[in-house]
Amino acid sequence: MGFGGYFSFNRFLAVISKEFVQMRRDRVTFAMMIGIPILQMIIFGFAINSDPKHLPTVVLAGDHSVFSRTIIAAMQNSDYFKVISTAATEEEAAMLVETGQVQFVLTIPEQFSRHLIRGENPSLLLTADATDPAATSNALSAFRIVAERALARDLDGPLSHLRRGSPPVDVIIHPRFNPEGITQYNIVPGLMGVVLTMTLVIITALAITRERERGTMENLLSTPVKPFEVMIGKIIPYIIVGYVQMGVILLASYFLFKVPIIGNLFLLLGVSLLFIAANLGVGLTFSTLARNQLQAVQMAFFFFLPSILLSGFMFPFRGMPVWAQHIGEILPLTHYLRIVRGIILKGNTFDQILPNLWPITLFLVISLTIGLKRYRSTLD
Amino acid sequence: MADASPVIAVRNLTKSFSGKTVVNKLSLQINPGEIYGFLGPNGSGKTTFIRMLSGLLRPDSGSGTCLGFDILRESGKIKPLIGYMAQRFSLYEDLSVRENLNFMARIYRINNMRRTVDETVERMGLSRFANQLAGTLSGGWKQRLALSACLLHRPRLLLLDEPTAGVDPKARRDFWDDIYSLAAEGVTSLISTHYMDEAERCHRLAYLAYGDLLVSGTADEVVSRSGLKTRAVSGANLHLLSPELKPLAGVEQVVPFGSTLHVSGHDEELLDQSLNSLKNGKYTWQKIDANLEEVFISLMQEREGG
Repeated sequence: MGFGGYFSFNRFLAVISKEFVQMRRDRVTFAMMIGIPILQMIIFGFAINSDPKHLPTVVLAGDHSVFSRTIIAAMQNSDYFKVISTAATEEEAAMLVETGQVQFVLTIPEQFSRHLIRGENPSLLLTADATDPAATSNALSAFRIVAERALARDLDGPLSHLRRGSPPVDVIIHPRFNPEGITQYNIVPGLMGVVLTMTLVIITALAITRERERGTMENLLSTPVKPFEVMIGKIIPYIIVGYVQMGVILLASYFLFKVPIIGNLFLLLGVSLLFIAANLGVGLTFSTLARNQLQAVQMAFFFFLPSILLSGFMFPFRGMPVWAQHIGEILPLTHYLRIVRGIILKGNTFDQILPNLWPITLFLVISLTIGLKRYRSTLD
Repeated sequence: MADASPVIAVRNLTKSFSGKTVVNKLSLQINPGEIYGFLGPNGSGKTTFIRMLSGLLRPDSGSGTCLGFDILRESGKIKPLIGYMAQRFSLYEDLSVRENLNFMARIYRINNMRRTVDETVERMGLSRFANQLAGTLSGGWKQRLALSACLLHRPRLLLLDEPTAGVDPKARRDFWDDIYSLAAEGVTSLISTHYMDEAERCHRLAYLAYGDLLVSGTADEVVSRSGLKTRAVSGANLHLLSPELKPLAGVEQVVPFGSTLHVSGHDEELLDQSLNSLKNGKYTWQKIDANLEEVFISLMQEREGG
């Protein structure tokens, strides 16, 4: 600068120390500065695993020979598969895949061992819930090798001739719901839940904190308007905003990303209300805790981060360690993602989404109760 | 209206925040059509008292009525009848003047809202700004808008918390003109202020310090009851005289007022005795009435001393 252009070390120190004093006074910001890196480190360092193992698998065994047992044992040993049942019927197995309770169904046809011994090249059918290509691709490519190696060990002595030439079994892989393994099919519908979480939690937290920060709440409270009228009146517009966002994403999924929409859209729109309300409850609770708008945004971010990372949106849910899965199960986004993907990609019905509906409802009741209780107590 | 029952009648109203008593056993009565001034240092409990009357805060103990309704149990019936103006501008800065007024009119469920808002905009001289965002108004016009907003529903009582803070003299004059014409219509006002000239415009006033009501009455009553005697000194180099006056027996306050010094004390005899020693022809001495500010400062000194 033209005048006074020398650098004063003392002035510079004055600014630094003032900054630290202010940092210390704003406890929430300070906690976030420490808390967010720790949260990110734990999630990225421990929870996220892009090579999911121990994926739940059900076996439809039409043949109870030694070969079947070998294949099942080999799958277990490969770490990719965790066989949870072998005694299912075809209907049960189909239902388990549709509701996302198992990732794979292995079908061993009747007379498998007989065809194998005769060198008739029998087939093994592995059906996969391929909604999220990232969750299944490694396991699928491993399966072919696992099955062939396992059989190779059993096919010795008089059967050793079967090891030569073409593989003894014909492994057929049937990736359902997203056969081409298009990542967008999984991500784009999931985005709906992510966008709703982000905007609704932040917007609600801000809308009410702003009213208090600017002093307009005081004016409102001196009028005959009831606290309930204020709260509902403030929340309803954002529910409508939430539906507009959903509409935009649905249209873009269909026309831009060509995501096949198989299920009932009205069912999706209906159950989304619960999810929207659950997020508004979180926003409301934050607004009663935050002293200013900045803190409200920081709190919303603190909720948003685990939601996006532990819900199965970015990384396969089953790839996470059990403790992370437990945290994920608490978050409404985890269940909402399963519902959205279930309805859009798998055509789930109401009965099929029910197991994911009640955890959202429970979360909604708890968050709204805390929010309302705190909202009331701040009036006096 | 002479024999009408009081608009505000409270007894022993007490409120404390985390162990600190902010309003201490306050008893007060305000009559219809009265303009009642509320004075006292910052943090004396004026805002808390006004908030208790408007139903924003619940008193810890004490009882009272506002417009005939119990302030503890019937705040729902009081709210539609009062107009409350907070210390800070508390309308929406991102709404226009008209939008703010429309909103308030709907909150109070006013019939023929459009006409009422139009009339208010016209009467309060806000027509020029009707479509301007409230946040872009100057301090004086913001205050005028806030007053308009709390007059829409024709309240019978106005609770105004430092309504003229940071407002220029012309806007303050206009504001007081409005308050006077409202009083003539029978609207009662309770106004807190730090301005002494405004205190003198009130029919009656009360002085609060740290939760206690120290004195109340008309401005003249407050001055005469204080028993404070004042002498005005004028002459050259008064700034040299001031340090000489302060340590004298009987001198409690020495305050510069333009080209004079006001010297006050409660003991008139002692005061004059002390001052006699300085009457050497260099200065002109004059006996005057104490003003409100001197009375209030002296009340504060007494309270802090004892």
